[in-house]
Amino acid sequence: MPEKTSPEAGRSTVAAAVVGAAELTEATIKTQGQNKPRSLGQDAWRELRGSWLFWASGVLLVIFIVMAAFPTLFTDVDPRQADLRGHYLAPPNWSHFFQGDWFGYNGQGQSVYARTVHGARASIIVGVCVTIAVTVFGGLVGMLAGYFGGWVDGLLSRITDIFFGIPLLLGGLTLLQAFTHRTVWTVTLGLATFGWMQIARVMRGAVITQKQADFVTAARALGAGTGRILFRHILPNVLGPVIVVATIALGGYISTEATLSYLGIGLQDPVVSWGVDISAAQSQLRDAPHVLLVPATFLSLTVLAFILLGDAVRDALDPKLR
Amino acid sequence: MAENSKKSEAVDATPNVSEVEVSDASTTAEVEAVLDAPVERGEPILQVRNLVKHFPLTQGILFKKQVGAVKAVDGVSFDLYQGETLGIVGESGCGKSTVAKLLMTLETATSGEVFYKGQDITKLSGRALKAVRRNIQMVFQDPYTSLNPRMTVGDIIGEPFEIHPEVAPKGDRRKRVQELLDVVGLNPEYINRYPHQFSGGQRQRIGIARGLALNPEIIICDEPVSALDVSVQAQVVNLMEKLQDEFNLSYVFIAHDLSIVRHISDRVGVMYLGKMAEIGTDSEIYDHPTHPYTQALLSAVPVPDPDAREGRERIILTGDVPSPANPPSGCRFRTRCWKAEDKCAQEVPLLAVPEVFAGKKTPAAHESACHFAEEKQVVGAA
Ligand SMILES: Nc1ncnc2c1ncn2[C@@H]1O[C@H](COP(=O)(O)OP(=O)(O)OP(=O)(O)O)[C@@H](O)[C@H]1O
Ligand code: SF4
Ligand SMILES: [Mg+2]
Repeated sequence: MPEKTSPEAGRSTVAAAVVGAAELTEATIKTQGQNKPRSLGQDAWRELRGSWLFWASGVLLVIFIVMAAFPTLFTDVDPRQADLRGHYLAPPNWSHFFQGDWFGYNGQGQSVYARTVHGARASIIVGVCVTIAVTVFGGLVGMLAGYFGGWVDGLLSRITDIFFGIPLLLGGLTLLQAFTHRTVWTVTLGLATFGWMQIARVMRGAVITQKQADFVTAARALGAGTGRILFRHILPNVLGPVIVVATIALGGYISTEATLSYLGIGLQDPVVSWGVDISAAQSQLRDAPHVLLVPATFLSLTVLAFILLGDAVRDALDPKLR
Repeated sequence: MAENSKKSEAVDATPNVSEVEVSDASTTAEVEAVLDAPVERGEPILQVRNLVKHFPLTQGILFKKQVGAVKAVDGVSFDLYQGETLGIVGESGCGKSTVAKLLMTLETATSGEVFYKGQDITKLSGRALKAVRRNIQMVFQDPYTSLNPRMTVGDIIGEPFEIHPEVAPKGDRRKRVQELLDVVGLNPEYINRYPHQFSGGQRQRIGIARGLALNPEIIICDEPVSALDVSVQAQVVNLMEKLQDEFNLSYVFIAHDLSIVRHISDRVGVMYLGKMAEIGTDSEIYDHPTHPYTQALLSAVPVPDPDAREGRERIILTGDVPSPANPPSGCRFRTRCWKAEDKCAQEVPLLAVPEVFAGKKTPAAHESACHFAEEKQVVGAA
C-alpha cells in the first residue's frame, strides 16, 4: 500500500484552512444553544397556541364534544317527548337560555333545543368513527403501496382508483339501501367503505417521499428491518399530513351523514340526529324556519370547526410557513 | 478456492489490483467468523471487481417493459487497504453515490463483486449481511436529511445498538451514546435534543457518531462535507482524520472537491460516466496525471498562489456529460476529449498502467484508462 505523502505547501484554500481549525471548534460548539429538548411536536404546539383559528375551532369542538358525551349537562328535556297540542311549531324564545323552548318546537311538539343537543352525539360519533376507520384502513393501504411499490403498489393503487370513481354519497346511498334497519354503525360502515381513498393516496405519496430520505437509507445501512423502518422512521414523519387530511375530512363525513339522513337513507327516526331533524323540518320551512335553521347551524359550525382545526394544525406542522 | 481467485484474476483486466483471496466459508457461522477476523494494516480489506449497476428504464404503468438502462456504474474495480483513505472524485452523476450504495449493499449489483476480507458481500443476506453492516458503515452527504427529525440525538446514535443488541448491553447504551457524542466533539448533555436544534456541522458530527457506534472497520463517506460551509468543512474533515487514527478506520471518501480529497486521501480514483478513469496515490494523480479528464479537472481547481497561476494552462471542457443511458462507444470521455482519435471510438481503454510508462520508475506509471496517456503539468503547486 502506498504511503501517505506529507502535505506540501501551497494547497488550495480549503485544505489550508483545515490545518489548525479543529481546536477552535469544540469550545464554541459546546457553549451554543439552549439545552432543552424540543421535538417538532412541541414546536407545533407552540405555534398552535398562538393561533386564534386553533382556539376558535378548539373551543367550538370542545363544546360539541361535551354536548355529544353529556347532553344532559345542557338540557334535561327529553328530545323525544312530544306535545303536539301544546307546542306545535311554537316559535323560539330567544331569551330563555338553555330552556326547552329556547329554540322553539318542531312539527311534533318536540323541543328543538333538546333535539339539537342530543343530535350532536350521532353526528360526532359517525364523523369520528368514519375518520378512525378510513385513517387506519386507508393509511395501511397507502403505506403498503408506497413502501413496497412494484406490483403491490400497482394492485392497491388500481383498487384505490376504482373506489375513487364512486362518489362518497352515491356509494353510501347504494350500500345503505341494503340495510332496512340503519344505526350509527351501519352508516359508519357505509361511509368508511367509500371514504378511505383520499387518505390512502396522501399516505402513499408521503411514504414514497419519506422512504427515499437519507435517514431511511441510514437505517437500512445499519441493518434495520422493514418493521422498524416503517413504524419508527417513516410513520412518524408522515403522520402530520395524514392527520390534517383526516381532520378536514371529518367535517365532510358529518355533513355526508346529514345528507344521507336528509335523503332518508341514513339514520332513522328513533335516532336523534341533525340530519334526521333537518330532513323532517324541510316541509315546514316557510312556517317555521327555526326548526331547520337551528340544527343546520350546529351542523355547519361543527363541520367548519373541524376544517379550521385541520387548517391550523397543517400550518403549525409545516415548518416552511414559520 | 485457488480456482476462484484465478477466475476473478482473469476477469479483471487491471494488473495492478491485488489478487483476491476468496474466502471459502460456506455456513453463516463461518462467514461471520471471516467477517469479524482482523486485517493487518496495509492489507487489502475491500476489493471491488468489475462492479456494474444498471438501473432499468421502464415504460408502462402496470405491465412494465424495459426500454433501456442507465449505466450508472459500469465495470469499476479498485482496492481499499486497511487504514487508508481512498478518495473518489468525479462530476455530478458519474456514479459515485451508486458505488457507495453498492459497497453498502443498499443496491443490488447488476454484476461484479465486492470482496470484504475475501468474502463477496453482494451475495450475502440475513445474519451474515448484518455482520457486514456492523463493519461497514456510511456517512451521508446531507446532514439535514440523514437524521430522522422525529428522533432525539440519543435515539439516533443509540439505534445501531437496538439493531445489533450484542454490541452493547442495554444498561450501557446511554453511556455509550454520550461517549460517542464526546468523541465527535459534541456536548454529551445534548443527548435529548432533536436534530433541528443543531447546525449543519453539528448534525454531520451526529451522523458520524452514528456511523461509529458499531465500531466499524470501514466508513464510506458520500460527500460528507459538501453540504457544509467552507469553514465547517475543515473542522469535520479534521475530525474524520482524528477518528481514523483513533479507531483505525479505512475510508472511502467520495467528493467532488479535489482539494479536500487530496488533503484526506492516500490514494485517489477519478470516475467518469460510470467508469474509473485513473487511479493512483494522491501525488501520482495530482502531480502526474496522465488521463485527459483528470488533467481537465485539475486545471479547473482554483490556485491561490498567483505565481503558480501564471504559467498554467486551463483546459476548458466543451460539451455536456453524455447521458449514462446512452454512453459513447469506446472511450466514454471521447466526446469531450481534445486528443480523441478514431481508436478512441472503437476500443475501450482499459484501466491499466499505460504501455509508455510500463516498467518505468516514474510517478506517471499508474493506472489510467486512456489510449494516449501522457503526463501534462496542469496544476502549479496544488
Ligand atoms: N435509483 C435510480 N434509478 C435510476 N437512475 C438512477 C438511480 N440512482 C441513480 N441513478 C442515475 O445514475 C447516475 C449516477 O448517479 P449517482 O447518484 O451515483 O451520481 P453521483 O456521482 O453520486 O452524483 P452527485 O455528485 O450528483 O451526487 C445518474 O445518472 C443518476 O441519474
Ligand atoms: S482514450 Fe482517447 S478519448 Fe479517451 S481519454 Fe484517452 S485520448 Fe481521450
Ligand atoms: Mg452523489
